Amino acid sequence: MTTQASEALDHWAVPWLFVAALATVAPHFEHQPTWLSAYCVLAFGWAAWLWWQDRRLPGRLILMLIVVGGCGGIWIEFRTLFGRDSGVSLLVLLMALKLLELRSRRDAIVVVTLAYFLLLTHYFYSQSIATGLWLLAALWIVTASLIRIHGGIAASLSGTLRHASVLAIQALPFMLVLYLLFPRVGGPLWGLPQDAHSGRSGLSDSMAPGNIANLAQSGEIAFRVLFAGTTPPRDKLYWRGPVFENFDGITWRPHGGLGQRARVEHQGLPVAYETTLEAHNQRWLLALDAPSTVPAESFLSNNLTVNARQPVNYRQRFRFTSTLDYRFNVKENPSILERNLQLPAERNPRTQALAHSWKASGASPEEILGKALDLFASEFFYTLRPPLLGENGIDEFLFSTRRGFCEHYSAAFVVLMRAAGIPARVVTGYQGGERNPVDGYLIVRQSDAHAWSEVWLDKRGWVRVDPTAAVSPARIETGIANALPAGEPLPALLQVRTDWLRTLRHRWEAINNAWNQQVLGFDRERQREMLARFGIPDADWRDLALALGIASTLLLAAILAWALRNRRQYDPVTQLWHKALRLLARRQLHCAPWETPLTLAARVRIARPELAEPFDAVVEAYLLARYGTPGHDLKPLRSAIARLHRWRCC
Amino acid sequence: MFGSQLSGHPRPFAPVLARADEIILGKGPEIRLAAACLLAGGHLLIEDLPGLGKTTLAQTLARLLGLQFSRIQFTSDLLPADITGVSIFDREKGEFRFLPGPIFSQLILADEINRATPKTQSALLEAMEEGQVTVEGETRLLPSPFFVVATQNPTHQIGTFPLPESQLDRFLMRLELGYPDRAAERALLATGGQRQALSHLTPLLEASALPALQREVAAVHAAGPLIDYVQALLEASRQNPSFQHGLSPRAGLALLAAARAWAWLADRDMVLPDDVQAVLPAVARHRLRSAQGSGHASREDIAALIRGVAIP
Repeated sequence: MTTQASEALDHWAVPWLFVAALATVAPHFEHQPTWLSAYCVLAFGWAAWLWWQDRRLPGRLILMLIVVGGCGGIWIEFRTLFGRDSGVSLLVLLMALKLLELRSRRDAIVVVTLAYFLLLTHYFYSQSIATGLWLLAALWIVTASLIRIHGGIAASLSGTLRHASVLAIQALPFMLVLYLLFPRVGGPLWGLPQDAHSGRSGLSDSMAPGNIANLAQSGEIAFRVLFAGTTPPRDKLYWRGPVFENFDGITWRPHGGLGQRARVEHQGLPVAYETTLEAHNQRWLLALDAPSTVPAESFLSNNLTVNARQPVNYRQRFRFTSTLDYRFNVKENPSILERNLQLPAERNPRTQALAHSWKASGASPEEILGKALDLFASEFFYTLRPPLLGENGIDEFLFSTRRGFCEHYSAAFVVLMRAAGIPARVVTGYQGGERNPVDGYLIVRQSDAHAWSEVWLDKRGWVRVDPTAAVSPARIETGIANALPAGEPLPALLQVRTDWLRTLRHRWEAINNAWNQQVLGFDRERQREMLARFGIPDADWRDLALALGIASTLLLAAILAWALRNRRQYDPVTQLWHKALRLLARRQLHCAPWETPLTLAARVRIARPELAEPFDAVVEAYLLARYGTPGHDLKPLRSAIARLHRWRCC
Repeated sequence: MFGSQLSGHPRPFAPVLARADEIILGKGPEIRLAAACLLAGGHLLIEDLPGLGKTTLAQTLARLLGLQFSRIQFTSDLLPADITGVSIFDREKGEFRFLPGPIFSQLILADEINRATPKTQSALLEAMEEGQVTVEGETRLLPSPFFVVATQNPTHQIGTFPLPESQLDRFLMRLELGYPDRAAERALLATGGQRQALSHLTPLLEASALPALQREVAAVHAAGPLIDYVQALLEASRQNPSFQHGLSPRAGLALLAAARAWAWLADRDMVLPDDVQAVLPAVARHRLRSAQGSGHASREDIAALIRGVAIP
């Protein structure tokens, strides 16, 4: 049964298209501009109302105005019509407006095609399980709409949905083959446009009071770690991020330049682990102090930070080994030591005076360190909501407010040390993490973000000092949730103290992690490993293309074999008749399944009079053979068909 | 056109149809269907508005086929005994004597059957089914052949008792005559109609010849694929959501019998799918109830049913 694209659209097919369009567009409302969502909802509502009232669709001029208005809005919003955000917004807009133009089956097919394409765009934003499930459901509905607009067997709701399910299930093997064998690019499958990597949270490349406190209120996962052996004790889990050496009185910044390689003396047994780092769009990786081996695509800088060659803008896995007892840079470059003594002279005079007094008393660096920690341990208060600080922030913090978060303590400590003549710097990163008992992964969240200090001592090199531990030992030993006083704005996720809820969260995160590791994490390397297991070592894209071709061919052959097995076996008379029908079809005459041979013959007589005579002979022979009394031989039918086959119109 | 192989010997029935066409103008297909119905041994229901020639059609067929004809005008006060007959006391002989009613004829025209009460209707319909009537404990055989041609006005008219489904099923076919086309109506108006010609119509067949013809019709060959097709149509009618219920096996038998008669009238010795498609509306419409609304299946419903079934 064929249907013409220009045919008018069945009235009851339209709601299917509405649902399909809504299912594909709705998740985009979350991240696109509000005005655009409102615009789309209005267009949807208008189209639905017009359909309900059975009114005329708006004319060309009005549609043109609406399109121009929408595109103008997108241009003003994004200053471009290309790229991820504006491109997707444009498609969403066009989808909504196309519903105001649903006249023929052709328009409906445009909507369906657009819907299939829009489904893909969701992966620019999210690749979570929920997104996957939603898109599967949407795919089902879009396919059902496609079936529905062609009418046919499936005018009923359940029939249409069942048909769509059958089609989707039939596509499943192909989906699996493509998933396993399609050559992977070295990056995320999606997220190619320039603006794809905006708006990620994580550590920043500078530190000012409040930065980390803000970050600590996010329950988002920063990275996951799987240790090869047992998980080290919590107070050893210092994940090093950027190190800040330059201080202008308020903000800490890293010192540019790479310097020479860090000289680390490892003591004790190495700990091997694999981290799965969420995209943070920065080059640093998070490793335990102090890394002994780092991944091939990264290098260890002089201050022990591990940097990748490319910013991490998709979820990536890295393998490290670290030694938790170490000494590093015992012989430090004097210029670096000098740099780590610098302070803006006119700032924080009281702090500097205090440190000078300690130094003047002739105390050793270790004693000065102890005095500073004693100071913090005495009257300071650990909070996510410290008061705002002015120009001489460290002075105010140390001598009046005395309330602060880790960045306040580490910064104040480093200033004290530097003023006392001890080289010191701020290290940011993450501390601790929560072990998920379900899958054994250690989950490190943004709320585990931390800042500590590092001082350089003669013969010992750079030594980690965590002043926060002096103020709030609980922060280091049990985590932030227990260290903060009640009523602090912690992420809801972390406030959960009920056991079963915690178990539920662990399970959910383990499922997500399995999805990330097994499904999304099926990258080039894993693909290669899998192919090697099947006896194709070192597969490159050519091998993959070949494997893909072979697998698809085998699948097609299997489906073909199945279809052929299920094909009805026709008797010789019917086979001959079908041959005659094929001869007619070549002359653009098609026989409907319900059309009798005599009606067809009458039609042929009108449409192609030159064929009437030989075809009448075929019909007569066929009718006699098929419906006549048994015992007719097939010879007349065969010769009549041969005659029709040879027939050439003059 | 097709050679002689497909068509068998010409039928003696052709002159009957030709003469009937002269009496009732522009109703060729309906006359053929009515004739097919009689040849298949079934009863015929003609439903249409008054004045469209229902009675003329029935009378014409009766006279041309040389059948003994009687007409019963159904009214709301008609009693069953008015149809079947009564026993009256003969004083001279001193015994009861049966006076047969109008039903003891070979062709009954039951005019406006839906004007009578259900009790009277069922008296006729039982006779149709069994070929006999029982009056005062005595069973009397009806003559053979025995045909009923019932006419009725569309049931939405005032003062009618619609026939129940079970009774409708006893009619092999139901026809609608419809308005004549322009040319036929013009001819009718110009000549004043052929109704008066009815009275001097001479029979073209003898009544005794009819059973032989019926046997010939029943012997028309229906091949396996054709029975497959009939079966596919029955199944489709049962699965089609536009009908409240599907066709019964009795309807299937009726369809095949009517198709045989149609093929026989076309001078063929075998039934073709065309024959089934041709008689299907007349056989099936009064047996199917449309799922939407309360009426019977429309012509379009039947056309859709045909279009939904592939010819095996």
